[in-house]
Amino acid sequence: MSEAVKTIFYDTEKPNKPISEKQTKIPGLSARDGSLKWAKESGTLEELSPKISVNDLNFYYGDFQALKDNSLEIYKNKVTAIIGPSGCGKSTHIRVYNRIYDLYREQRATGEVFLDGENILSPGYDIIELRRRVGMIFQKPTPFPMSVRENVAYGLKMHYKLSRSKMMERVEWALRQAALWDEVKGDLDRPAAALSGGQQQRLCIARAIAVEPEILLMDEPTSAIDPIATSKIEDLVVNLKERFTIVIVTHNMQQAARISDFTAFFYRGVIVEYGETEKIFTKPEEKQTEEYITGRFG
Amino acid sequence: MKRRPATFRKLSNTLVVGLSGFSALIGLFFLGWILMVVIIRGVSAISLDFFAKLPTPPGVAGGGLANAIVGTLLITLVAVLLGVPLGILGGVYLSEFGGRSKVAAVVRFAANVLMGTPSIIIGVFVYAIMVFPMGHFSGYAGAVSLAVIMLPVVVRTTEDMLRLVPNTLRESALALGAPRWKITFQIVFRAAKSGLLTGVLLAIARVSGETAPLLFTALNSPYWMKSLSGPTANLTVTIFNYAMSPYKDWQQQAWGASLLIMIGVLSATIISRLYLKERKKR
Repeated sequence: MSEAVKTIFYDTEKPNKPISEKQTKIPGLSARDGSLKWAKESGTLEELSPKISVNDLNFYYGDFQALKDNSLEIYKNKVTAIIGPSGCGKSTHIRVYNRIYDLYREQRATGEVFLDGENILSPGYDIIELRRRVGMIFQKPTPFPMSVRENVAYGLKMHYKLSRSKMMERVEWALRQAALWDEVKGDLDRPAAALSGGQQQRLCIARAIAVEPEILLMDEPTSAIDPIATSKIEDLVVNLKERFTIVIVTHNMQQAARISDFTAFFYRGVIVEYGETEKIFTKPEEKQTEEYITGRFG
Repeated sequence: MKRRPATFRKLSNTLVVGLSGFSALIGLFFLGWILMVVIIRGVSAISLDFFAKLPTPPGVAGGGLANAIVGTLLITLVAVLLGVPLGILGGVYLSEFGGRSKVAAVVRFAANVLMGTPSIIIGVFVYAIMVFPMGHFSGYAGAVSLAVIMLPVVVRTTEDMLRLVPNTLRESALALGAPRWKITFQIVFRAAKSGLLTGVLLAIARVSGETAPLLFTALNSPYWMKSLSGPTANLTVTIFNYAMSPYKDWQQQAWGASLLIMIGVLSATIISRLYLKERKKR
């Protein structure tokens, strides 16, 4: 960020204006006949059901507060994109959804995150089951040091008791879902490290969906791979949303616009704006959102 | 702005490059010299008898060091069985669970101190806790002393090698719902496999030349061992005894034993280097 750009930001009337609880839900949402109706920008109505509800989430790395009073609702079978400049807390935010931050002692979260109505931050919550239900794809492909087949079967074996043939069916199913089957079916026993970067990333997706999660978190899944592999993964995301709820962190605004239904714009750990992707990208309410989307800062 | 002439910088650069190159050469020269002498003197001692026969009294031709070779192998094996699992588990604690906690800091510090402890002190220590209470020297005591020397080496290399495994790998296993212990043994270990093996080989190389601790524990013996619970013949103490003796044929055997140990240490080191290289390539 250059000096001039910084000035623009600090001059806005309400820097870091926190979003009030009212904006937890996307704008244009109303309750009718006992269900949530979403009035799209295009004018049509669609029914929505919330999958994750985040309420006043705060996150700390030691003494540093990375997330401030985050509140939002993630809807079932939709793709929600999280955008914002580097270091604004996008990844930190989704890393709460499967409590992966638990690996590090100095990191902690306060507030409430409800998954199907149950607070996953409450002490007694079954983390192992949480992580089966909430899968995660990382920025860099992380194939385990074993064969393609063993990679996909790893999570399966942990959560399900399956016969050899049933296991193989599931592995094939997951690889097909991840659009990787045709490329690897010839030799499932080759080491996963021998695949290309894009293939490795799809392998990780296959591995994650093999355990049949309900939600897929994707933390910049295409930033480390080439454009062709990226478009494959984008197509995949759009197909997968029929089955899963997807939350994707991305630096690529075109990508967010292409594949997501909703977009949340983060800045300095605060959710500045959250709404229908089409609206965020065409007529954002907040000046900061507009500045970021038009490339004036970030 | 006035330019500073570059002559002095060039000259001092040449000087530093020259000096460091010269120092490196001196080190290499001595290694080469030792290797050469040991090979030249040792080769003539090596024969079939050397591997197959028991030592003979001075003056009696045709003896070998079969018992010492087997003794060294057995003592090292037991030391590996004792030291490696403990060391690897200790390294796992430091890398995976202890992190930056106080306990881990203390353990790490203790391992560093133990690594720097002269091996003769470890020999005396094991003498005090095993040899003295039992009333006799034993191969087991020797193995324990070598295991104590291996322990910190294995702990630290294990920690270092496990730390090289990127956290994203742990996170992605965690994200699948794997518990920490499974991640450690099924994924992190696999990823660090060659590194761990290197650590073990280096630890073996480190102890296979140790003499002082064995002098206080396993001692030596001219006979075949029935078990490791009595004094046990081994190569290093044999070298110590034979090289100090006035007998030409014993001295000759000492050269042969030296050659054998050098080959052992050298090949352990080279193999571990190759493993490490292979690891880096991936």
